[in-house]
This record gives sequence, structure tokens and C-alpha cells, in this order.
Amino acid sequence: MLRIEGLTKRYRTGDLALDKVDLEVPGGQVMALIGPSGAGKSTLIRCVNRLVEPSAGRVRLGDTEITGLSRRELRRARRRMGMIFQEFALVERLTVMENVLSGQLGHVGFWRSYLRRFPQPAVDAAYQTLERVGLADQIDKRADALSGGQRQRVGIARALLQQPEILLVDEPTASLDPKTSRQIMRLICELCAERHLAAVINIHDVQLAQLFVQRVVGLRAGQVVFDGPPSGLNPEVLTRIYGEEDWTTAATRRKGTDGGDDDALDEERMAGIV
Amino acid sequence: MPIERRANEILWRRQSPVAQAARFAGWLALAALTVFTFEVMTRNTIWAFFLDAPRQAADLLGRMVPPRWSYIDQLWWPLWETLNIASIGTLLAIGMALPVAFLAARNTTPSVAFVRPLALFVIVSSRSINSLIWALLLVSIIGPGALAGIIAISLRSIGFIAKLMYEAIEEIDANQVEAITATGASGGQVLVYGIWPQILPAFAGVCVFRWDINIRESTVLGLVGAGGIGLNLQASLNVLAWPQVTLIFLVILASVIASEWISARVRHAFI
Repeated sequence: MLRIEGLTKRYRTGDLALDKVDLEVPGGQVMALIGPSGAGKSTLIRCVNRLVEPSAGRVRLGDTEITGLSRRELRRARRRMGMIFQEFALVERLTVMENVLSGQLGHVGFWRSYLRRFPQPAVDAAYQTLERVGLADQIDKRADALSGGQRQRVGIARALLQQPEILLVDEPTASLDPKTSRQIMRLICELCAERHLAAVINIHDVQLAQLFVQRVVGLRAGQVVFDGPPSGLNPEVLTRIYGEEDWTTAATRRKGTDGGDDDALDEERMAGIV
Repeated sequence: MPIERRANEILWRRQSPVAQAARFAGWLALAALTVFTFEVMTRNTIWAFFLDAPRQAADLLGRMVPPRWSYIDQLWWPLWETLNIASIGTLLAIGMALPVAFLAARNTTPSVAFVRPLALFVIVSSRSINSLIWALLLVSIIGPGALAGIIAISLRSIGFIAKLMYEAIEEIDANQVEAITATGASGGQVLVYGIWPQILPAFAGVCVFRWDINIRESTVLGLVGAGGIGLNLQASLNVLAWPQVTLIFLVILASVIASEWISARVRHAFI
């Protein structure tokens, strides 16, 4: 499905962000990409849709070799890859609907998009998607009037409107509180399952990743240093990815809970009030 | 060295004694310069005239009031012309300034090495010449009249608008542009969806601000023959018709107040 071979990126400043990365993501698989800041996670997913030009190596999506495409062909290929951003990257002054419909820009001509005359099927799809992510009542609000979690839902809806085959997700929860983070991660993973979408999710919250994904890839200094199931993240592996630290709490914690501890804590706190 | 270590204590001052002395010397030099320049400035002043000034001013004021209200009938058309010079000139300038701004902004220019310096040169050369000077040149090229005024206003405004707009373009959030690009949008669509909404408030503000300035500038263009109410001002001054001059001042004041009010409203609406 997505196949990355020998992907290398050296920035003009001389920093080697990616060093011969080989990676394969089959259709429908949700994969988390973890690693310390500066490990090359963001660069990796941006090299996939060539928002950043790779220095060497190949990226294939299905039968298309992304790295060899002309600008025009690249635009067509980008329609197949939905992207979700850390700071949501919504166009703040446009409405929720306009933001979601902008997922269709690759399919619509310039004047139609300029005049906001999107084809009816696209508008229908936008309504359905907004309903699915729980924003049916916010359609006409401006994006900057929404809360963080709502904005990320708009970002997700925009990516879905492209009818993509794969989602490239860059730190979707980094600007959100823990509860909203879980909701957003759960939503992304549910949607991937519903639509048989593959996803590459950059995430720095290891525990959150462990809760939701099927596969974890650890990146350090531009190289893949771990590739396996979430259960394989033991202290020894975490040290390999992030460096020396006392990992015992992180490694044992995930055995305990799944989604319930927020509610449990709330119950404890509320216990004395009523 | 603000921190000074002594035997048993560490002293901290904002500045070292040397820096403090330098600061004092600097202020002293500034004061001396002020006194000296005042000396130079007033060397050719005839103090008898200066002392006479209040009386002269009172005399002039006495001749200026009351305004000659009936003259207003002859001012409507020049006033309309003035507003048109300002508005059409601003519109033309916007049309020419926007492409220049996109060529000059570091993040949208097609070439930092060639196109950008060219665009910056256009901006600087437009800004370095005052509207009145542009008008003077244009009157001698295309003859007197409103057209010269319109072109003078627009030539001067290109640089102003383009400069403020390219600074706004350089400050946009790159994430939003990236997100639109990632959907497979074309260059034009990225411009319309990713960039334009971000610069729209700045654009509206800059345009009405420049229009507001242009209203004021177009009132004096007539002094060099470039049309508008300035022609009447010059004619009235030439024949020492002070009550007419007063009325023209009042009309200009009213139109400037109106334009400020309008531009404030527009800026408010686009935030």
C-alpha cells in the first residue's frame, strides 16, 4: 500500500533528518510513529506527500511512485493522501463548511472553488462527514470560533473529504487536553477501521499510541530503531528510541487501564460532594 | 559588568559606572545639539516680525471669517472630482500593487534572486516620490486635469499598498497553506483558500487607509494643476479671496472626517 524505500532527507542546513528509511504500511493498518523531537517524524510524513522534497529514496502509494511525479501528477496523487495537523491548520477565517469542502479542492476547478460552487455530491459528503465527527450543528461557524477538539474534528473531516486511501497524521493530539486527545485518537482509529484506511500517526505520547494502534515504529535520528506491536515497547526498546530514562512506570502502566481512568478519577473526586 | 564581586557580597547594578557615564554624556550631547540647532534655525529670524505674528494672524483670521457660504455652489463639482481622483487612483493602485506584493513577499515570490529585488525596486521607487511631485511630472507629460491626478495618486499608492501587503503575506501561517496544498489544490486554489483569507483583514485595512490618505492628498493636487478642489484653493489664494479659502478648508475638513469614519468602519468590519 504505502512503501518507503531508502528515504533520505538532508536539509539545506546540512541536518540529516532521515537516513535511508525503509517502511511498509499495508492497507487498513494504523501505525504510530514515535520518537524524540527532531527524530524526523514530521519530515517522514511530509516526504510522503512531498510537502518536503526527499533527497533520495522512493515512496510508492499503491502503484504510483510519488517521488517520480511531475507537479501536476503530484497534485493528483495528493488527493489520495489525507493529512491531519498538530495545530489543526484550519483556515481560521473560513467557515467549518468551507474548511471541510477544501478537502475537495483537488477534484474541483479553480473558478468553481473560487465561487464556492462545489458539486452536490461533495456537499452531501461534507454534511455526512461533519455529522459523523459530531459537528453537524457547527457548520456555519467560523473555524476560529471552535474549541481545540472541535477544530481537530474539522481537520479530520477535511482529510476524509478527499476520499483518501491513507491518512498522514502529524501529532494530532499535541495541542489538546488528555481527554480530548483520547477522543480524537479513538475517532481517527474508528474512522480508519470503518473506511479501511491506512494511517501513519506521528505521536509523542507513547501511552496514547499503545492504547489505539496496531503497530509502532520508533524513529531515532532519522533511522528506524523499532518496528513491532505496541506490546513490544519494553524499557529496553524505549531506551533505544528515546535514550536513557527510568521507563518502569511507563511500561507497567498500560497493563492497567483502557479509557476508564478519567471517569474513575472523576468518580473519586465527586464522591464527597453529593 | 553590572555584577561586581567584593569580599563578602555581590553587588548588582543595572549598568557599570562606565556605561552610566557614557549615558550621561550622550544626554548632555543631545541637549547641546538642541541648543545649537535652535541657534542656527533662528539666525535669520527677524524678531520684529515674530513678535508681530499674533497681530498678523488675528488680522488674517479676521479677513477669513465669515466664510463665503454662497461659494459652495462652485465647489460641488471640484469636490466630486477630488473624491474621484482619490478613489479611482486607489483602485488602480490596488490592482497594480497586489501582484507586486505577491512577487515581493519572500514566501510567494517565484524567484528570490531576480523577481523579488525587481518588485522591491518598484515599491521603493513609487514610495520615494511624493504624490505632489508625481502630479507635477504628470501634468507636464499628459497635461493638466484629473487624469494626471489619478495617475499621480495611483503611482504613489502602489508602493505603499504593496509594501504593507507583502509584509502581511510574509507573516501568514504556513501551516494553513501547507494544509491546503496537501489536499492536492492547484497554485491558484492555494492562493484563494490558504493565503487570501489570512491577508484579507490586512488588505481591507491597508486599502481604506490609503484611500483615506489619498482623499487628503488629492485636495492639494490642484495646486500643480492636477484637478480637484485644489484648483479652486489656488485660484482663491491668488486673488486673496480669504472667505473662499476658509470655505474650502471647511469642505476639505468635512470630507477628511467622513473618509476617516468610513475607513474605521471598514477596518472594523473585516477583523
